[in-house]
Amino acid sequence: MEVIRSQKRTPSNDTVSNPKIPLYLTAPQMEVRLEEFELFAVDRLRVLKGVSDGLARGRNPKEMDDLVDTLWKEHMRDPDASVMFNKDIISHFVLRLVYCRSDELKKWFLSMETALFRHRFRLQNFEAQRAIVGEFGLPYKAVTGAELEGLKERLGQVVRSLGQISPTVEAVYYKVPFEEVPDLVASRRVLIQKGYAFVAGSQLVSLVVTQFRSHISKALILTNRKWTTTIQEREKDRLTPIVEALSTSYLGPDYSQSTEYAEISLKDIDQVAKSSFPLCMRHLFEKVREDHHLKHGGRMQLGLFLKGVGLKLDDALAFWRAEFTKKVGSERFDKEYAYSIRHNYGKEGKRTDYTPYACQKIILSAPGAGDHHGCPYRHFSEDNLRAALGRMGLSSRGMEGVMDQVRNKHYQLACTMTFEAVYGTSCDAGINHPNQYFEESQKILKSKTPPAPV
Amino acid sequence: ERKMIREEIESREDEKMIDAAQMNNPEPEECFNVNYLRIYYGGKSNLFPYSDIHKWLSYGHDGKHPGCDEYYFGRREFSFTLENDVYLRYKSFKNASSMEDAIKSNFPYKIDIGAVYSVDPDKRHAYSQTGTNVFTPVERELVFDIDITDYDDVRYCCSGADVCSKCWPLITVAIKVIHTSLTEDFGFKHILWVFSGRRGVHCWVCDPKARRMTNEQRSAVAEYFRVYKGNENNARKVALMGYSLHPFLARSYVDYLKGFFEGELQATQSIFSTKDKYEKILAMISDEDIQSELRGKWENSARSSLSEEAISLVRWEQLKNTLQSKKHKAPTLRMCVEEIVFTFTYPRIDLEVSKQMNHLLKAPFCVHPKTGRVCVPIDPNNCDEFDPLAVPTLSQLIEEINSGGSRMDVDDDEDSDTSLLAKSIKFFRSSFLEPLLKSCKEEIESSYKTKIGKSKDSFSW
Repeated sequence: MEVIRSQKRTPSNDTVSNPKIPLYLTAPQMEVRLEEFELFAVDRLRVLKGVSDGLARGRNPKEMDDLVDTLWKEHMRDPDASVMFNKDIISHFVLRLVYCRSDELKKWFLSMETALFRHRFRLQNFEAQRAIVGEFGLPYKAVTGAELEGLKERLGQVVRSLGQISPTVEAVYYKVPFEEVPDLVASRRVLIQKGYAFVAGSQLVSLVVTQFRSHISKALILTNRKWTTTIQEREKDRLTPIVEALSTSYLGPDYSQSTEYAEISLKDIDQVAKSSFPLCMRHLFEKVREDHHLKHGGRMQLGLFLKGVGLKLDDALAFWRAEFTKKVGSERFDKEYAYSIRHNYGKEGKRTDYTPYACQKIILSAPGAGDHHGCPYRHFSEDNLRAALGRMGLSSRGMEGVMDQVRNKHYQLACTMTFEAVYGTSCDAGINHPNQYFEESQKILKSKTPPAPV
Repeated sequence: ERKMIREEIESREDEKMIDAAQMNNPEPEECFNVNYLRIYYGGKSNLFPYSDIHKWLSYGHDGKHPGCDEYYFGRREFSFTLENDVYLRYKSFKNASSMEDAIKSNFPYKIDIGAVYSVDPDKRHAYSQTGTNVFTPVERELVFDIDITDYDDVRYCCSGADVCSKCWPLITVAIKVIHTSLTEDFGFKHILWVFSGRRGVHCWVCDPKARRMTNEQRSAVAEYFRVYKGNENNARKVALMGYSLHPFLARSYVDYLKGFFEGELQATQSIFSTKDKYEKILAMISDEDIQSELRGKWENSARSSLSEEAISLVRWEQLKNTLQSKKHKAPTLRMCVEEIVFTFTYPRIDLEVSKQMNHLLKAPFCVHPKTGRVCVPIDPNNCDEFDPLAVPTLSQLIEEINSGGSRMDVDDDEDSDTSLLAKSIKFFRSSFLEPLLKSCKEEIESSYKTKIGKSKDSFSW
């Protein structure tokens, strides 16, 4: 891709076939004006940020399809179809430069581009989807005839297990090695036999998304190499400043650095837990005090949250030690638990400074026997949730609103409603991070003069 | 023979004083101590099967074929846990004898097997973390860990680290369900099940396809097996949605779980016989009226003449009948009966163990420090016969040597071998190692031929 100063653009002739969604397999051979370089990237970034927002709010797949459709039309549309297509490609490749430069950035970009691709794919008709599958060059054969007949009964069982009352089996199934469709395997949405998954035509999205993700992931590594070895230096007066500015503008705060509101000390921690912790962290905190122990998932979720809230490493070690030694003794604490607390603060091992979990991650976690982490709005039974909300001071009317959201699987909206009920104020941004809940709560409490303890 | 062993031990460079009295008269309760461990791993006794482990983990790369990768074994990570909880990671060995030497100089309490990496774990610091030559796992068996403590909320005979003949059958059922799925659904062929030494089992899937799986794929298989989503915060710990079970769950239910629940489980756990027990089950029924109806029947029934097991069976029938007639009341009742069966019987695997390639897992034929039992293989096709309380302990093995009993060299041709460990080692070899190595060698040969074929083409003079 050649970046040039303002000049009349030469028409692009890079695409032989013109599928609706480009696969970004190779860098485009075209000339781009410098202004477009930045503008296109910014527009695409607006789309990706919108996708990120939608996922954080727990939107279901159909809602995401609609959201992506809206976002794309709003920011990426152009009356000229070939211009629109080029903008799609150019903006993607520019953002690759921006987001290849660290693991955090790569991870975010990969997730958002994959989600974007997934929902754009779902919006296509079956023929267009088949064409895209073909573009990937996947050698999957359709299952027909006697083989399909033999599988029909069990394929029908799969269909029924997914909530469809009648076992109507689709016309086309693809026989695919199970490794290629991990998400369909994980959610038991396919029949698996002797190492092969039988993927329905309507499930093709899973196949291609896996391919897409894998390809982009590898590409980002190569781009990073090129960036660090040649491009960054060569472009230091032209593209590099633009690239560097683009990456900091649109990500939400990750709460890995504590802010002015957020320093808490060990002596205040019980009071602050009662007054400002979201339900997930309150529960974990109560359990630590009660059981003098937490399993790994809980230690991570609560530990990183406390770090984000401003608890210093020494105070954190003192806190966990005070509780755990009641059960396991001082020697075992030092041997088995102190290391991982230090690890979370970036003082051991890889020395990565781990960031506190956002709601999306917490909601998707899977607490098992003996665990207390996860999102109570999702993982608690109704009775337990009502009891917990009651302890937070919700009235029965407030509770109904929250339970309603829970029933509709809008867990973050449920938490937001809880926040609004507890503090008597509205929270328009919506809760999408436990540390955000904490900070907003502290802001409110500090703005009122001596707040009554809850 | 006793004298021989004592001399051997005293000749080791070790400051520890060995109590001769202890050597001659081991405490019957003391199944494990460091001296026994030294004999187990040490020179003359040949108890720990070094060369079998080495053959297994070499996967056919024994250097006897030009297609072999002679460095393959050396890139495998091992870890040792020593006597004072000292933990040594990233150990690697060039060959069988250096592995043997390392074990004999450390006498680890636990040996773990990790992944095969891109370079020798020992030398990982020589490689940078970026660029093309990164230290990263490249192969690792697909592994599963099932521990009876994860079933504590559904077993009434024991809790925590204990296990007995009444609750071990839960593990047996788990083996059957998972093993059938691994072979029938996923098409895996080289599967090793091993007793974990105290209260569970490990599973090692060793097919080449399995070893090359990414973390994402491992996670997918683990999630495929996951049904139980319970902890003390929720009452309904298994939620089966939809209008029917997925074929895998349906087969497991029909072939294993239903029969176990209605048969052996009632006899060993009698899960309906007391109020505490049946209230837990009633809590899984998401309809207050049905709960009350059943509670009414059971609270006041005076069936003192029947055994606990019989009472449980009667109540189960009542529950099934009531739910059958009322299941259309709500979607959550549709498969309530199955949910209850799954809650009590379906395998509970430790997901974290399976998901990551770099997770370390205890080596087969280790000795468990708390029980002294050897981590012996289990035959999945005969797992009903396996009794965790009859597994040879370290002290039994030492006693066998001391009494000058059987020969210690396990020779496959000799049927007269009656040593305690011989049967396990024979099984390991014939059922697992030999078929595995045969298949590995075939693969090495065929990929070599392909490579040769390719390069032949490039030589076009």
